[in-house]
Amino acid sequence: MRVQNHPILGVLHEVREVALVVDGVRIAAREGETIAAALAAAGIRIHRYTPKQSTPRGVFCAIGQCTDCAMTVNGRPNVRTCMTRAANEMIIETPNQSQGRLD
Amino acid sequence: MTAVDVGIIGAGPAGIAAGIEAATAGCSVALFDGHLEPGGQLIKQIHRFFGSREHRAGVRGIRIAHELWTEAQSLGVQSFLGWEVFGVQSSPSGFRLHARLTDDMSVDDQPISKTVTARTLILATGAEEKAINFEGWTLPGVMGAGAAQTMANVWRVRPGESVLMIGAGNVGLIVSYHLLQAGIDVAAVLEAAPTIGGYGVHAAKISRAGIPILTSHSIIKALGTEHVTGALIAQVDPSWNPISGTERKIDVDSICIAGGLRSNTRLAKLAGCQLAFCRELGGWLPIHNAQLETTVKGIYVAGDAAGIEEASTAIEEGRIAGLVAARSLGRDDKASSDRLDGMKERLSSLRGGPFCEGIRVAKRRIFDLGEEPCPTA
Repeated sequence: MRVQNHPILGVLHEVREVALVVDGVRIAAREGETIAAALAAAGIRIHRYTPKQSTPRGVFCAIGQCTDCAMTVNGRPNVRTCMTRAANEMIIETPNQSQGRLD
Repeated sequence: MTAVDVGIIGAGPAGIAAGIEAATAGCSVALFDGHLEPGGQLIKQIHRFFGSREHRAGVRGIRIAHELWTEAQSLGVQSFLGWEVFGVQSSPSGFRLHARLTDDMSVDDQPISKTVTARTLILATGAEEKAINFEGWTLPGVMGAGAAQTMANVWRVRPGESVLMIGAGNVGLIVSYHLLQAGIDVAAVLEAAPTIGGYGVHAAKISRAGIPILTSHSIIKALGTEHVTGALIAQVDPSWNPISGTERKIDVDSICIAGGLRSNTRLAKLAGCQLAFCRELGGWLPIHNAQLETTVKGIYVAGDAAGIEEASTAIEEGRIAGLVAARSLGRDDKASSDRLDGMKERLSSLRGGPFCEGIRVAKRRIFDLGEEPCPTA
Protein backbone atom coordinates (compact mmCIF):
# COMPACT_ATOMS: atom_id res chain seq x y z
CA MET A 1 0.00 0.00 0.00
CA ARG A 2 2.95 2.25 -0.55
CA VAL A 3 2.76 4.86 -3.27
CA GLN A 4 5.66 3.57 -5.36
CA ASN A 5 5.08 5.81 -8.37
CA HIS A 6 3.57 9.25 -8.09
CA PRO A 7 2.75 11.57 -10.99
CA ILE A 8 4.18 14.61 -9.17
CA LEU A 9 6.53 13.20 -6.55
CA GLY A 10 8.10 10.53 -8.78
CA VAL A 11 9.42 7.12 -7.83
CA LEU A 12 9.72 6.35 -4.11
CA HIS A 13 13.43 6.53 -3.31
CA GLU A 14 15.11 3.56 -1.73
CA VAL A 15 16.02 3.67 1.95
CA ARG A 16 17.26 1.13 4.46
CA GLU A 17 14.60 -1.21 5.76
CA VAL A 18 14.13 -1.74 9.49
CA ALA A 19 11.96 -4.27 11.34
CA LEU A 20 9.24 -3.49 13.87
CA VAL A 21 7.59 -6.04 16.10
CA VAL A 22 3.89 -5.25 16.35
CA ASP A 23 2.03 -7.38 18.89
CA GLY A 24 4.61 -10.07 18.31
CA VAL A 25 4.48 -9.92 14.50
CA ARG A 26 7.42 -8.56 12.52
CA ILE A 27 6.70 -5.94 9.88
CA ALA A 28 9.02 -3.98 7.62
CA ALA A 29 9.40 -0.21 7.89
CA ARG A 30 11.34 2.37 5.92
CA GLU A 31 14.06 3.95 8.04
CA GLY A 32 13.04 7.51 8.95
CA GLU A 33 9.31 7.07 8.48
CA THR A 34 6.88 7.27 11.37
CA ILE A 35 5.56 4.19 13.11
CA ALA A 36 2.07 5.19 11.92
CA ALA A 37 3.22 5.22 8.30
CA ALA A 38 4.81 1.80 8.67
CA LEU A 39 1.63 0.39 10.22
CA ALA A 40 -0.52 1.85 7.44
CA ALA A 41 1.81 0.36 4.85
CA ALA A 42 1.42 -3.01 6.55
CA GLY A 43 -2.37 -2.66 6.53
CA ILE A 44 -2.64 -2.30 10.31
CA ARG A 45 -5.39 0.17 11.12
CA ILE A 46 -6.21 -0.38 14.78
CA HIS A 47 -3.70 1.37 17.04
CA ARG A 48 -5.35 0.95 20.40
CA TYR A 49 -8.59 0.22 22.25
CA THR A 50 -10.02 2.78 24.64
CA PRO A 51 -9.55 1.89 28.31
CA LYS A 52 -13.22 2.12 29.39
CA GLN A 53 -15.40 1.24 26.40
CA SER A 54 -12.74 -0.80 24.62
CA THR A 55 -13.55 0.70 21.24
CA PRO A 56 -10.88 0.76 18.53
CA ARG A 57 -8.98 3.88 17.47
CA GLY A 58 -6.63 4.55 14.59
CA VAL A 59 -4.85 7.44 12.93
CA PHE A 60 -7.06 10.52 12.92
CA CYS A 61 -4.90 13.63 12.42
CA ALA A 62 -1.46 12.19 11.59
CA ILE A 63 0.31 15.37 12.80
CA GLY A 64 0.54 14.91 16.55
CA GLN A 65 -2.53 16.91 17.53
CA CYS A 66 -5.22 14.36 18.46
CA THR A 67 -3.33 11.49 20.20
CA ASP A 68 -5.74 8.90 18.78
CA CYS A 69 -2.86 6.92 17.27
CA ALA A 70 -0.99 6.45 20.57
CA MET A 71 0.43 2.98 21.26
CA THR A 72 2.87 1.35 23.67
CA VAL A 73 6.39 1.54 22.25
CA ASN A 74 9.32 -0.26 23.88
CA GLY A 75 7.20 -0.52 27.02
CA ARG A 76 6.38 3.18 27.19
CA PRO A 77 2.63 3.91 27.08
CA ASN A 78 0.86 6.65 25.09
CA VAL A 79 3.46 7.23 22.42
CA ARG A 80 2.13 9.18 19.43
CA THR A 81 2.97 6.85 16.55
CA CYS A 82 2.46 9.61 13.97
CA MET A 83 5.28 11.66 15.53
CA THR A 84 7.69 8.86 16.41
CA ARG A 85 10.17 7.44 13.93
CA ALA A 86 10.44 3.73 13.32
CA ALA A 87 13.69 2.27 14.63
CA ASN A 88 14.99 -1.23 14.18
CA GLU A 89 13.55 -3.86 16.55
CA MET A 90 11.08 -1.46 18.17
CA ILE A 91 8.46 -3.33 20.16
CA ILE A 92 4.99 -1.93 19.43
CA GLU A 93 1.93 -3.01 21.36
CA THR A 94 -1.76 -2.27 20.90
CA PRO A 95 -3.04 -0.95 24.26
CA ASN A 96 -6.00 -2.67 25.93
CA GLN A 97 -6.32 -5.25 23.20
CA SER A 98 -6.80 -8.18 25.52
CA GLN A 99 -9.20 -6.72 28.06
CA GLY A 100 -12.25 -7.56 25.98
CA ARG A 101 -15.24 -5.43 25.18
CA LEU A 102 -17.27 -4.12 28.08
CA ASP A 103 -20.51 -3.54 26.18
CA MET B 1 20.29 29.29 28.15
CA THR B 2 19.87 30.57 24.60
CA ALA B 3 18.57 34.15 24.39
CA VAL B 4 17.27 35.67 21.17
CA ASP B 5 15.47 38.79 20.00
CA VAL B 6 12.60 36.96 18.33
CA GLY B 7 11.21 33.55 19.20
CA ILE B 8 8.92 31.98 16.61
CA ILE B 9 6.74 28.96 17.19
CA GLY B 10 5.80 27.09 14.04
CA ALA B 11 7.95 26.58 10.94
CA GLY B 12 5.13 26.75 8.42
CA PRO B 13 4.80 29.51 5.81
CA ALA B 14 3.99 32.20 8.40
CA GLY B 15 6.73 31.25 10.85
CA ILE B 16 9.49 30.91 8.27
CA ALA B 17 8.49 34.19 6.60
CA ALA B 18 8.53 35.89 10.01
CA GLY B 19 12.01 34.51 10.63
CA ILE B 20 13.24 35.77 7.27
CA GLU B 21 12.04 39.32 7.96
CA ALA B 22 13.22 39.49 11.56
CA ALA B 23 16.66 38.15 10.61
CA THR B 24 16.89 40.49 7.61
CA ALA B 25 16.22 43.38 10.00
CA GLY B 26 19.18 42.27 12.10
CA CYS B 27 17.46 40.31 14.87
CA SER B 28 18.62 37.01 16.30
CA VAL B 29 15.85 34.46 15.72
CA ALA B 30 14.96 31.06 17.16
CA LEU B 31 12.39 29.10 15.15
CA PHE B 32 10.68 26.08 16.72
CA ASP B 33 8.56 23.34 15.25
CA GLY B 34 7.50 20.00 16.67
CA HIS B 35 7.98 18.36 13.29
CA LEU B 36 11.36 17.45 11.84
CA GLU B 37 10.48 18.69 8.36
CA PRO B 38 10.13 22.46 7.96
CA GLY B 39 7.30 23.95 5.89
CA GLY B 40 4.21 23.13 7.93
CA GLN B 41 1.36 22.03 5.70
CA LEU B 42 3.14 23.36 2.59
CA ILE B 43 5.08 20.10 2.35
CA LYS B 44 1.80 18.36 1.51
CA GLN B 45 0.71 20.87 -1.13
CA ILE B 46 1.87 19.13 -4.29
CA HIS B 47 -0.33 21.28 -6.56
CA ARG B 48 0.59 24.55 -8.20
CA PHE B 49 -0.59 27.68 -6.41
CA PHE B 50 -2.49 30.34 -8.26
CA GLY B 51 -2.84 34.08 -7.83
CA SER B 52 -0.22 36.60 -8.83
CA ARG B 53 3.43 36.08 -9.75
CA GLU B 54 4.67 37.92 -6.64
CA HIS B 55 2.83 35.30 -4.63
CA ARG B 56 4.48 32.47 -6.55
CA ALA B 57 1.54 31.51 -8.74
CA GLY B 58 2.33 28.36 -10.71
CA VAL B 59 4.76 27.06 -8.10
CA ARG B 60 3.94 23.94 -6.09
CA GLY B 61 3.59 24.36 -2.32
CA ILE B 62 6.36 21.84 -1.63
CA ARG B 63 8.73 24.00 -3.70
CA ILE B 64 7.66 27.18 -1.88
CA ALA B 65 8.44 25.55 1.47
CA HIS B 66 11.90 24.61 0.25
CA GLU B 67 12.63 28.11 -1.07
CA LEU B 68 11.48 29.83 2.13
CA TRP B 69 13.48 27.46 4.30
CA THR B 70 16.65 27.88 2.26
CA GLU B 71 16.32 31.66 2.56
CA ALA B 72 15.78 31.52 6.33
CA GLN B 73 18.80 29.26 6.76
CA SER B 74 21.00 31.56 4.71
CA LEU B 75 20.00 34.45 6.99
CA GLY B 76 21.16 32.63 10.10
CA VAL B 77 17.77 31.79 11.61
CA GLN B 78 18.44 29.26 14.39
CA SER B 79 16.12 26.34 13.91
CA PHE B 80 14.85 23.91 16.48
CA LEU B 81 13.07 21.31 14.39
CA GLY B 82 11.57 18.39 16.25
CA TRP B 83 11.14 20.55 19.36
CA GLU B 84 7.61 21.15 20.58
CA VAL B 85 7.11 24.29 22.63
CA PHE B 86 4.79 23.35 25.46
CA GLY B 87 5.19 26.34 27.76
CA VAL B 88 5.41 30.11 27.52
CA GLN B 89 6.17 32.28 30.55
CA SER B 90 6.75 35.99 30.74
CA SER B 91 10.13 36.93 32.18
CA PRO B 92 11.87 40.24 32.94
CA SER B 93 13.61 40.12 29.56
CA GLY B 94 10.59 38.99 27.54
CA PHE B 95 9.40 35.42 27.33
CA ARG B 96 10.72 32.06 28.35
CA LEU B 97 9.92 29.22 25.95
CA HIS B 98 10.00 25.66 27.17
CA ALA B 99 10.39 22.98 24.54
CA ARG B 100 10.54 19.23 24.53
CA LEU B 101 11.96 16.85 21.97
CA THR B 102 8.94 15.47 20.10
CA ASP B 103 10.45 12.07 19.45
CA ASP B 104 12.83 10.94 22.17
CA MET B 105 12.35 7.20 21.68
CA SER B 106 15.70 6.75 19.98
CA VAL B 107 17.62 9.26 22.11
CA ASP B 108 20.06 7.96 24.70
CA ASP B 109 21.90 10.65 26.64
CA GLN B 110 20.97 13.86 24.87
CA PRO B 111 18.85 16.42 26.79
CA ILE B 112 15.19 16.15 25.83
CA SER B 113 14.10 19.55 27.09
CA LYS B 114 15.28 23.05 26.35
CA THR B 115 14.51 26.60 27.47
CA VAL B 116 15.06 29.65 25.30
CA THR B 117 14.35 33.26 26.19
CA ALA B 118 13.04 35.64 23.55
CA ARG B 119 12.44 39.39 23.81
CA THR B 120 9.43 39.10 21.51
CA LEU B 121 7.38 36.12 20.45
CA ILE B 122 5.56 35.22 17.24
CA LEU B 123 2.92 32.52 17.39
CA ALA B 124 2.68 30.87 13.99
CA THR B 125 1.11 27.71 15.32
CA GLY B 126 -1.17 27.08 12.36
CA ALA B 127 -4.47 25.29 12.45
CA GLU B 128 -6.13 22.05 13.38
CA GLU B 129 -8.86 20.21 11.50
CA LYS B 130 -12.43 20.36 12.76
CA ALA B 131 -14.02 16.99 13.27
CA ILE B 132 -17.58 16.19 12.29
CA ASN B 133 -19.41 14.05 14.78
CA PHE B 134 -21.49 11.25 13.24
CA GLU B 135 -22.21 7.69 14.32
CA GLY B 136 -19.03 5.66 13.97
CA TRP B 137 -16.76 8.67 13.55
CA THR B 138 -14.18 7.25 15.97
CA LEU B 139 -13.67 4.03 13.97
CA PRO B 140 -10.21 3.45 12.53
CA GLY B 141 -10.48 4.50 8.89
CA VAL B 142 -12.27 7.76 9.69
CA MET B 143 -9.67 10.53 9.57
CA GLY B 144 -9.11 14.15 8.81
CA ALA B 145 -8.60 14.97 5.15
CA GLY B 146 -5.24 16.42 6.16
CA ALA B 147 -4.27 13.11 7.76
CA ALA B 148 -4.88 11.23 4.52
CA GLN B 149 -2.98 13.92 2.63
CA THR B 150 -0.03 13.62 5.03
CA MET B 151 0.03 9.84 4.69
CA ALA B 152 -0.12 9.95 0.89
CA ASN B 153 2.15 12.91 0.11
CA VAL B 154 4.68 12.94 2.93
CA TRP B 155 4.91 9.27 3.91
CA ARG B 156 3.96 7.86 0.53
CA VAL B 157 1.51 5.41 2.07
CA ARG B 158 -2.13 4.95 1.12
CA PRO B 159 -4.20 5.27 4.32
CA GLY B 160 -6.91 3.25 2.58
CA GLU B 161 -7.76 2.06 -0.91
CA SER B 162 -11.19 3.69 -1.27
CA VAL B 163 -12.27 6.94 0.32
CA LEU B 164 -15.46 8.90 0.88
CA MET B 165 -14.69 12.62 1.29
CA ILE B 166 -16.98 14.66 3.53
CA GLY B 167 -16.91 18.34 2.61
CA ALA B 168 -16.42 20.12 -0.71
CA GLY B 169 -14.47 23.15 0.45
CA ASN B 170 -11.00 23.67 -0.98
CA VAL B 171 -9.44 21.16 1.40
CA GLY B 172 -11.95 18.44 0.50
CA LEU B 173 -11.59 19.06 -3.22
CA ILE B 174 -7.80 19.39 -3.32
CA VAL B 175 -7.16 16.42 -1.03
CA SER B 176 -9.54 14.27 -3.10
CA TYR B 177 -7.38 14.99 -6.12
CA HIS B 178 -4.18 14.28 -4.17
CA LEU B 179 -5.61 10.94 -3.06
CA LEU B 180 -6.42 10.08 -6.67
CA GLN B 181 -2.84 10.91 -7.61
CA ALA B 182 -1.70 8.47 -4.91
CA GLY B 183 -3.76 5.72 -6.52
CA ILE B 184 -6.67 5.82 -4.09
CA ASP B 185 -10.22 5.41 -5.35
CA VAL B 186 -12.37 8.36 -4.27
CA ALA B 187 -15.98 7.14 -4.28
CA ALA B 188 -17.62 10.54 -3.88
CA VAL B 189 -17.29 13.97 -2.32
CA LEU B 190 -20.26 14.90 -0.13
CA GLU B 191 -21.32 18.45 0.66
CA ALA B 192 -24.23 19.18 2.99
CA ALA B 193 -24.72 22.67 1.55
CA PRO B 194 -26.53 23.04 -1.77
CA THR B 195 -23.37 24.37 -3.45
CA ILE B 196 -19.68 23.56 -3.13
CA GLY B 197 -17.60 25.75 -0.86
CA GLY B 198 -14.29 25.54 -2.73
CA TYR B 199 -13.09 27.08 -5.99
CA GLY B 200 -14.64 25.88 -9.24
CA VAL B 201 -11.24 25.09 -10.72
CA HIS B 202 -10.60 22.46 -8.03
CA ALA B 203 -14.10 21.01 -8.38
CA ALA B 204 -13.63 20.77 -12.16
CA LYS B 205 -10.52 18.63 -11.77
CA ILE B 206 -12.47 16.24 -9.54
CA SER B 207 -15.43 16.11 -11.88
CA ARG B 208 -13.23 15.50 -14.91
CA ALA B 209 -11.75 12.51 -13.07
CA GLY B 210 -15.28 11.10 -12.84
CA ILE B 211 -15.76 11.59 -9.10
CA PRO B 212 -19.31 12.59 -8.20
CA ILE B 213 -19.64 15.70 -6.03
CA LEU B 214 -22.94 15.19 -4.22
CA THR B 215 -24.24 18.50 -2.89
CA SER B 216 -27.09 18.50 -0.34
CA HIS B 217 -25.74 15.15 0.86
CA SER B 218 -24.23 14.12 4.15
CA ILE B 219 -23.02 11.09 6.02
CA ILE B 220 -25.40 9.31 8.40
CA LYS B 221 -22.92 6.88 9.82
CA ALA B 222 -19.68 5.02 9.31
CA LEU B 223 -20.23 1.28 8.95
CA GLY B 224 -18.05 -1.37 10.55
CA THR B 225 -17.25 -2.64 14.04
CA GLU B 226 -13.44 -2.78 14.19
CA HIS B 227 -12.72 -0.41 11.29
CA VAL B 228 -14.56 1.28 8.44
CA THR B 229 -16.18 -1.04 5.93
CA GLY B 230 -18.56 1.47 4.37
CA ALA B 231 -20.68 4.55 4.88
CA LEU B 232 -24.38 5.28 4.98
CA ILE B 233 -25.16 8.55 3.25
CA ALA B 234 -28.37 10.48 2.51
CA GLN B 235 -29.66 13.55 0.83
CA VAL B 236 -30.32 16.41 3.26
CA ASP B 237 -32.86 19.24 3.32
CA PRO B 238 -31.84 22.91 3.55
CA SER B 239 -31.58 22.51 7.35
CA TRP B 240 -29.15 19.62 6.76
CA ASN B 241 -31.62 17.03 8.09
CA PRO B 242 -31.53 13.68 6.26
CA ILE B 243 -34.45 13.11 3.87
CA SER B 244 -35.90 9.70 4.63
CA GLY B 245 -35.91 7.26 1.75
CA THR B 246 -32.74 8.72 0.22
CA GLU B 247 -30.29 6.70 2.35
CA ARG B 248 -27.80 4.54 0.53
CA LYS B 249 -24.71 2.55 1.33
CA ILE B 250 -21.31 3.30 -0.16
CA ASP B 251 -18.56 0.68 -0.01
CA VAL B 252 -15.33 2.35 1.14
CA ASP B 253 -12.61 1.47 3.62
CA SER B 254 -11.94 5.07 4.64
CA ILE B 255 -13.86 8.26 5.34
CA CYS B 256 -12.11 11.62 5.24
CA ILE B 257 -13.49 14.64 7.05
CA ALA B 258 -12.87 18.02 5.46
CA GLY B 259 -15.04 20.07 7.79
CA GLY B 260 -12.87 23.14 7.93
CA LEU B 261 -10.03 24.33 10.11
CA ARG B 262 -9.68 26.32 13.28
CA SER B 263 -6.71 28.25 14.63
CA ASN B 264 -4.42 26.39 16.97
CA THR B 265 -4.69 28.66 20.01
CA ARG B 266 -3.25 26.52 22.81
CA LEU B 267 -0.03 28.48 23.37
CA ALA B 268 -1.81 31.82 22.88
CA LYS B 269 -4.22 30.89 25.67
CA LEU B 270 -1.35 29.72 27.85
CA ALA B 271 0.45 33.03 27.29
CA GLY B 272 -2.66 34.94 28.36
CA CYS B 273 -3.70 36.32 24.97
CA GLN B 274 -7.38 37.19 24.81
CA LEU B 275 -9.36 35.25 22.22
CA ALA B 276 -12.42 36.18 20.16
CA PHE B 277 -14.82 33.96 18.22
CA CYS B 278 -15.03 34.69 14.53
CA ARG B 279 -16.94 32.26 12.34
CA GLU B 280 -15.51 33.56 9.05
CA LEU B 281 -11.96 32.95 10.29
CA GLY B 282 -12.59 29.44 11.63
CA GLY B 283 -13.64 30.07 15.24
CA TRP B 284 -11.65 31.16 18.29
CA LEU B 285 -8.47 33.09 17.60
CA PRO B 286 -6.19 35.51 19.45
CA ILE B 287 -7.39 39.10 19.21
CA HIS B 288 -4.78 41.13 17.32
CA ASN B 289 -4.36 44.55 15.74
CA ALA B 290 -3.28 45.37 12.18
CA GLN B 291 0.35 45.06 13.37
CA LEU B 292 -0.57 41.47 14.36
CA GLU B 293 0.21 42.16 18.03
CA THR B 294 -2.03 40.26 20.44
CA THR B 295 -3.45 41.61 23.69
CA VAL B 296 -0.16 40.62 25.36
CA LYS B 297 2.50 43.19 24.53
CA GLY B 298 5.36 41.64 22.62
CA ILE B 299 3.43 38.59 21.42
CA TYR B 300 2.43 38.55 17.75
CA VAL B 301 0.38 36.09 15.78
CA ALA B 302 0.50 35.22 12.07
CA GLY B 303 -0.88 32.80 9.51
CA ASP B 304 -3.67 30.36 10.26
CA ALA B 305 -3.06 30.95 13.98
CA ALA B 306 -4.43 34.46 13.36
CA GLY B 307 -7.52 33.18 11.52
CA ILE B 308 -7.91 30.59 8.77
CA GLU B 309 -6.85 31.81 5.34
CA GLU B 310 -4.33 30.53 2.81
CA ALA B 311 -0.59 29.92 2.57
CA SER B 312 0.02 33.09 0.56
CA THR B 313 -1.67 35.28 3.17
CA ALA B 314 0.17 33.35 5.89
CA ILE B 315 3.49 34.27 4.27
CA GLU B 316 2.61 37.98 4.10
CA GLU B 317 1.30 37.99 7.66
CA GLY B 318 4.45 36.23 8.80
CA ARG B 319 6.60 38.85 7.08
CA ILE B 320 4.61 41.63 8.75
CA ALA B 321 4.84 40.05 12.21
CA GLY B 322 8.58 39.45 11.80
CA LEU B 323 9.26 43.00 10.73
CA VAL B 324 6.95 44.61 13.30
CA ALA B 325 8.64 42.56 16.05
CA ALA B 326 12.05 43.75 14.79
CA ARG B 327 10.85 47.37 14.67
CA SER B 328 9.58 47.10 18.25
CA LEU B 329 13.19 46.26 19.21
CA GLY B 330 14.56 49.41 17.65
CA ARG B 331 15.01 48.38 13.99
CA ASP B 332 12.49 51.00 12.94
CA ASP B 333 14.23 52.99 10.22
CA LYS B 334 12.59 54.52 7.13
CA ALA B 335 13.53 51.53 4.93
CA SER B 336 11.74 49.07 7.20
CA SER B 337 8.72 51.35 7.32
CA ASP B 338 8.51 51.36 3.50
CA ARG B 339 9.00 47.61 3.43
CA LEU B 340 6.15 47.17 5.89
CA ASP B 341 3.84 49.30 3.74
CA GLY B 342 4.64 47.07 0.76
CA MET B 343 3.72 43.93 2.70
CA LYS B 344 0.44 45.42 3.87
CA GLU B 345 -0.42 46.37 0.29
CA ARG B 346 0.32 42.88 -0.99
CA LEU B 347 -1.77 41.40 1.82
CA SER B 348 -4.69 43.65 0.91
CA SER B 349 -4.45 42.61 -2.72
CA LEU B 350 -4.53 38.92 -1.68
CA ARG B 351 -7.74 39.60 0.21
CA GLY B 352 -9.11 41.78 -2.57
CA GLY B 353 -11.30 39.31 -4.45
CA PRO B 354 -15.04 38.78 -4.02
CA PHE B 355 -14.37 35.43 -2.30
CA CYS B 356 -12.62 37.29 0.51
CA GLU B 357 -15.33 39.80 1.43
CA GLY B 358 -16.18 37.86 4.60
CA ILE B 359 -12.50 37.60 5.55
CA ARG B 360 -11.95 41.33 5.05
CA VAL B 361 -14.88 42.25 7.26
CA ALA B 362 -13.93 39.69 9.89
CA LYS B 363 -10.29 40.78 10.03
CA ARG B 364 -11.38 44.42 10.47
CA ARG B 365 -13.59 43.37 13.36
CA ILE B 366 -10.66 41.54 15.01
CA PHE B 367 -8.39 44.57 14.41
CA ASP B 368 -10.98 46.83 16.04
CA LEU B 369 -10.97 44.60 19.11
CA GLY B 370 -7.17 44.60 19.00
CA GLU B 371 -7.01 48.40 19.01
CA GLU B 372 -8.81 48.58 22.33
CA PRO B 373 -6.46 49.30 25.21
CA CYS B 374 -4.89 46.16 26.60
CA PRO B 375 -6.41 45.05 29.89
CA THR B 376 -3.77 45.24 32.58
CA ALA B 377 -2.42 41.73 32.94
